[in-house]
Formats: sequence, structure tokens, C-alpha cells
Amino acid sequence: MHLNIDWSFFTWDLFTNFVLKGLYFSLFLTAVATIGGIALGTVLALMRLSGKKWLDLPATIYVNGMRSIPLVMVILWFFLVVPLIIGEPIGAETSAVITFVAFEAAYFSEIMRAGIQSIPRGQVFAGQALGMTYGQNIRLVVLPQAFRNMLPVLLTQTIILFQDTSLVYAIGAYDMLKGFEIAGKNYFRPIEAYMAAAVVYFVMCYTLSWLVKRLHKKIAIIR
Amino acid sequence: MSWDWQVFCQDTITQEVGQSCFGQNGEITYLDWMLSAWGWTVSVSLLSLLIALVVGALIGTLRTLPDSPWIVRLGNAWVEFFRNIPLLVHIFLWYHVIPTIFPVMKSLPGFTLVIFALGFFTSARIAEQVRSGIQALPRGQRYAGMALGFTTFQYYRYVLLPMAFRIIIPPLTSETMNVFKNSSVAFAVSVAELTMFAMQVQEETSRGIEVYLAVTALYVVSALAINRIMAFIEKRSRVPGMIAAGGGGH
Repeated sequence: MHLNIDWSFFTWDLFTNFVLKGLYFSLFLTAVATIGGIALGTVLALMRLSGKKWLDLPATIYVNGMRSIPLVMVILWFFLVVPLIIGEPIGAETSAVITFVAFEAAYFSEIMRAGIQSIPRGQVFAGQALGMTYGQNIRLVVLPQAFRNMLPVLLTQTIILFQDTSLVYAIGAYDMLKGFEIAGKNYFRPIEAYMAAAVVYFVMCYTLSWLVKRLHKKIAIIR
Repeated sequence: MSWDWQVFCQDTITQEVGQSCFGQNGEITYLDWMLSAWGWTVSVSLLSLLIALVVGALIGTLRTLPDSPWIVRLGNAWVEFFRNIPLLVHIFLWYHVIPTIFPVMKSLPGFTLVIFALGFFTSARIAEQVRSGIQALPRGQRYAGMALGFTTFQYYRYVLLPMAFRIIIPPLTSETMNVFKNSSVAFAVSVAELTMFAMQVQEETSRGIEVYLAVTALYVVSALAINRIMAFIEKRSRVPGMIAAGGGGH
């Protein structure tokens, strides 16, 4: 077997020059998509649970539609359509942020819906008996409990989201994987670069899912 | 903005609209190309699914074996490896890295390598479902098999697996639909599937909206078809008395 693998090119300089910029964007995209996705997803979940057909129907179509299309196609769609709607060209990075918030909202809304449905009915009745309005009931009674019950699932979805950010490759945005790829091309070491990318993704995601598992156990004890 | 659906009847080389939307005399229209791309998407997905089911069932079963901690650990390592690295990176590993390490595989087309990447990636998820399916069975089932004098292989073959596989059909349905969606990532190594088609034709014809709409519709149709087929399998393989007839699944 003739194997020519050389790690010597992989220095700290290379990391800060090529990879770090991409890593920042990957993390930024993950953070914005998580916060925006949970916010929008909670609204969608409340629409679906409102019991009013004119709110339920559009939310259901949106969520099921997003969930039946591949993420790569959604990324391409937004990259094509958003500039047409706002009338001016936008960069791949901005487009990616808008896409991920819109796409992940569908997945987060399913998690939030399950979380809200896991709250016993008596909690809502108790809120009503105390004279709370619908908004107060949702904000002060239902959502805090739903968030806590669903925290591990929301965080697991965030880890999946972080992995999915690599798909911005389709529109050429500069994420962590792109950083590794460009570094590999510049130093004529693409093989090592892809392997390094795999290792970095693995270490980050494995650590995070280990932390989520621990958190899950902690929450389970408190309840 | 105006629609122009005639783009699908255009010849891919001359860009002229022919009389028939299907190319004649060896000419290829965009419609022909799109249908062939759909064929690639379906082939990549089904072959990956086949690998995923075989490997996933095997690893998922091994992870539940009693008294063999090393096999279980190996199975867990397999699952963690695939769950913590993005699919796109796995596809790059198979397409760029593995043929360098094993020169024999240099002659394989990208299509085959993508099938292995997607197949193994999905196998980890299926292994997880098979494991939870087996562990969801009452412990007594395993003991009953042992008490009857079955060997480990026999009680898996005749007692545990026939039940476990039927329990996990609903999560397998969504995993099968995921395989179809994930096959779109094959665009990154130039497999001529639907997403690749959408990207290329959007650039060639500037009719992005029409092309994307058609491709999206094909993805949705594929997903619906899978959903119906799996619902049929679920109905046919239902264990009598276990799930109320007509009731929802798990």
C-alpha cells in the first residue's frame, strides 16, 4: 500500500488563516438559526395548537412542506428567490442565515408542539382559574415548562443543525468545511484537509452530545 | 415575472423548442434530462437504503447481544462515528480520501462511492432504531426463547427480530424518506441527480423558478410514494392483536 499522508502542513497558522473564519460563520449560523428557529417555531406550534383553522392550516402546510423538501433544495430556493423579492442581490452568507432560520423553524416547531402537548391540561385550567388571559397562560405557565421538558431535544436538534450548516457548500458560503477545503487546495493536501475536517466535526459534535446527555440526566433528577 | 414552462421542451444543446417535449433522433430535451436525473436520485436512494438496511440491521442486532461488551462497544462506535460527522463530509471522505488509501477503489465511479457513503451514514441511524426496537420487547421474550433451548442465533431469528422489525416500521418510514432527501447531497461530487440537474439547468437557462418547482415537485412525489409503500408494508406486516386495527402506529 502506497500511502502519502503528510500532516506537517497542518499548522496553527493555517488554522487561523483559513479554518477559523469558516468556524466563526458555522457557529454564528448555528446560533442565529437556533434562536430564530425556536422563536419562529414556537409561533408555528402555537398556530397549530390554536384550534383555529385559518391559523392551523397555513402553519401545517409550511411545516410539512419544509420537512418534505431536501435542505439543499431549500438553500438553493432561498438563494434564488430572496433577491427577487427584496429586489437586490444578497450574499451567500446572508441567504444562508435566512434559509436556516426558515427551515429549522419547521423542525423546532414540531419539537415545541410535542413539548406543549406534554403539559397536563390541568395546568392550563389552573391558569384560567387564576384569571390569566390566553397570552399570560402561554407565556407564564405553558412555555416555561415546555422549554424545560424539551431542552435536551432542542439541543440535540441544534447539534444536527450545526452539522447541516456544512450544506451551505451548495451556494459557496464560507463555512468551516469550506475553510478546510480551501486550505487543502492551497497546500495541495486535500486528503488530509478532509480528514482533519471530519476529526474536528466529530470532536465538537461528540462533546456536545455528551454534554446534552449529562444535562438530560440532571434535569431528569430535578423533576 | 412571466412563466416559461417551454424550457423543459428545449433541446439541451441547441436550446431550440422541439415539436415534442421528448427528444427525438438522439436529441435530449431538458425534460429527458430531468427524468434521467430523477432516475439517478431513485437509484442512489434505493441502493443506499439496501446497504443501510443490511448493515443497520446487523449492527443494531449486535448492539443488543448479551455478554459481549466488545461487540456492543464496536457497534456503538460505528453509530457515533456516523452521527457526529456531517453527511457532506462523509461523502467527501468516500469520494476523495478512501480511493487514495485503497487505490483499488480508484476505478469505481462516483455513483458507487456516494452509495456507500449514504448507505453507511443511514445504517447508523437504522442500527439505532433496530436496537431500540429489540430493547422495547419485554425481557420475557428473550428468556422464553432461552428456556425453549434455542441458541442465541435461534431466539434472535425466531423470537426477537420478527417482532422488533415490525415495531420499527414507522421510524423506518421516516428514515427512508430521509434517504431520499439526503441523496440530494450527492450533487457535491457531481452525481447527475435532481439537485445537480436543478443547479446546472438554472445556470444554463436562467429559468430557475420553473426548474426548481419541477424538481421540488419530484422530491415531494417521491416522498409521498415512499410513504404510501411503507404504509402498505406496515398494514400487511401488522402483528394481530398487538396494534389496534385501524389505529395509529407507535
